Amino acid sequence: MSAMADPGKPRSRRGPLQFPLAQLTLARLREFLREPEAVFWVFLFPLLLAIALGVAFRNRPPDPLPVGIESGPASAARLEALEASGTLVPQVLTRPEAEHALATGKLTLVVLATDPPTYWFDPTRPDSRLARLEVDQALEKAAGRTDHFEPQVLEMTERGARYIDFLVPGLLGMNLMGTGMWSIGFSLVQQRSGKLLKLFIASPMRRWQLLAAQVLARLVFLALEVSVLLGFAVVALDVPMRGSIAAVAAVAVLGALAFVGLGLLVASRPRTIEGVSGLMNLVMFPMWIFSGVFFSNERFPAVLQPFIQALPLTALNDSLRAVMLDGATLMSQGPELAILAGWGLIGFAGALKLFRWT
Amino acid sequence: MVSAAPAPAKTSSVPALSCKGLVKRYGELVAVDGLDLEVAAGECFGLLGPNGAGKTTTVELFEGLLQPDGGLLEVLGERWQGDGQALRSRLGVQLQETRFPEKLRVIELATLFRSFYRDGLEPAAALALVGLEEKRKAFVRELSGGQKQRLSLACALVGDPEVLFLDEPTTGLDPASRRQIWEIVENLKSRGRTVLLTTHYMEEAARLCDRVAIVDRGRILAIGAPEVLIASLGAEHVIELETDREIPEALLAGLPGIEAVRREEATVRLTVRAVHRVVPPLLAGLSEHSIGVLRLATHSATLEDLFISLTGRTLEGGGLASETSGKKK
Repeated sequence: MSAMADPGKPRSRRGPLQFPLAQLTLARLREFLREPEAVFWVFLFPLLLAIALGVAFRNRPPDPLPVGIESGPASAARLEALEASGTLVPQVLTRPEAEHALATGKLTLVVLATDPPTYWFDPTRPDSRLARLEVDQALEKAAGRTDHFEPQVLEMTERGARYIDFLVPGLLGMNLMGTGMWSIGFSLVQQRSGKLLKLFIASPMRRWQLLAAQVLARLVFLALEVSVLLGFAVVALDVPMRGSIAAVAAVAVLGALAFVGLGLLVASRPRTIEGVSGLMNLVMFPMWIFSGVFFSNERFPAVLQPFIQALPLTALNDSLRAVMLDGATLMSQGPELAILAGWGLIGFAGALKLFRWT
Repeated sequence: MVSAAPAPAKTSSVPALSCKGLVKRYGELVAVDGLDLEVAAGECFGLLGPNGAGKTTTVELFEGLLQPDGGLLEVLGERWQGDGQALRSRLGVQLQETRFPEKLRVIELATLFRSFYRDGLEPAAALALVGLEEKRKAFVRELSGGQKQRLSLACALVGDPEVLFLDEPTTGLDPASRRQIWEIVENLKSRGRTVLLTTHYMEEAARLCDRVAIVDRGRILAIGAPEVLIASLGAEHVIELETDREIPEALLAGLPGIEAVRREEATVRLTVRAVHRVVPPLLAGLSEHSIGVLRLATHSATLEDLFISLTGRTLEGGGLASETSGKKK
């Protein structure tokens, strides 16, 4: 019927892949994969970071401790005694030299030329406290102290206890946060500032479909991102995977959704890339610091802990570590998963309410 | 299958677009100030006015992107309510300066927009309508300004709309690209599509539009077919004169058949019935007063002249390349 009105203008019905949700998701995937920088940040950067940090913090025999001996009548004998210890690197130097070296951290401890010796060190430095024990033992031994027994030593180098094992789940969590928020924030704000969102809502596109396409596209990347990083960590860095793959996947998906929700919320108002970048950094900054990516969040004081534990990245990192390193089940991660789901819901609900289309 | 193809008899009796007493405010600013319009089905209607006249606001009210603060507004006989999906699927929209994603291909974007409509053209057919079929595999970033504008036309056309909204479709384009867009719109007109377009190029309005409304500060100053509006000036020619000294009023007053005199900086604009009767005595008078002529140009009266006579201002921003060259220093 309608074809009669307009000959030569072929009308058509949509094919299976031609529904808005599929097309919007495809557009998002294409845009991302054609952006070499984005591919680098999402896939290569976490790998490089894992390798670099793994090398920097690899497990190795403890470093010998540099200590100083103030020159004086007993300095030659003390030098000999400390050299014999095997764990210390002693040197003889004058008082002013010693003071400077100690103050700048080149020496962990200085033995002053008194009798009995005076140990000069900074007790807040763990290295210096260790040096004190080693120096004391070496000098006492040289002075004729005998040990009551010779203890046996058993060295612990188990998988899962290394720094790299701690680091990988943290990097994965940080990557899920960063890529989730940046990719969604940039793409939405770009579409808003380019009036594409306005053109979309002037068409019969349904609004939820645009947001749903962002989520779907994100989940596709998530699968790639997680398997690349974890595959590398397990194969090349020998990081253990003690929990089930399904549990890790479930935690990663829920974590990704939480950050997609937050990303949508943060991107719901700004009209410029600068504006959304500032907001993104504001939201992510506390989590980079407090959520235990590079070091355990237990180092922060107890008063901060309720705040720290409520952060989505804390929940995600803790949960990933529990499942990967301790083999925890999904059931045991209830509180963390609830926190992630809560943030996701807050994000989605807030975004739907606040979203600016024009 | 229930096809929503409208019966032609019905659409011809109901105006495609109509509004009465339309008002839109942005805080203190009244962008649209009691506008009455009626656009018939199949008509190409132009809103002509300077930047900030309220043209875009009016179009966005019709598009359902803005809510009016007062007045009645109907599109294809319906009011905007709810999500308006059914109505939107019958409209095609081109906005001013949409930036399409640079990394998508032309055909991918056309397919994306096609997916929003239940019925419509094949994406390739929409690209063919705007002469972009050979660019279908190109990335958006590889397109020129005119090609991007034609792509946005294709995206507006791909749902085979009954009403097409074009907001400044040729602003910022070179003359060749502008003519290409005009040919596309003329082609659409010949296919019986209703078109509402805004422009500040009087040449564009005169060429494309069956009727135009001249708008300024949210109000309609004049409405009608372009040639009728121009005829209403009562004079058919305009003489533009630039001199090294000001021309005395008395000299101009003594010339025959002058309908209006407008001075604008160094330029004097004379609206006249017959150029050949005015120019000889004018030049004689000038040399008598030893006033040097820097520039003398004549042209047929246009919508621009109508706008100037209505508002005392020019339609800023061009469209007058042939006349304004050398005027702006």
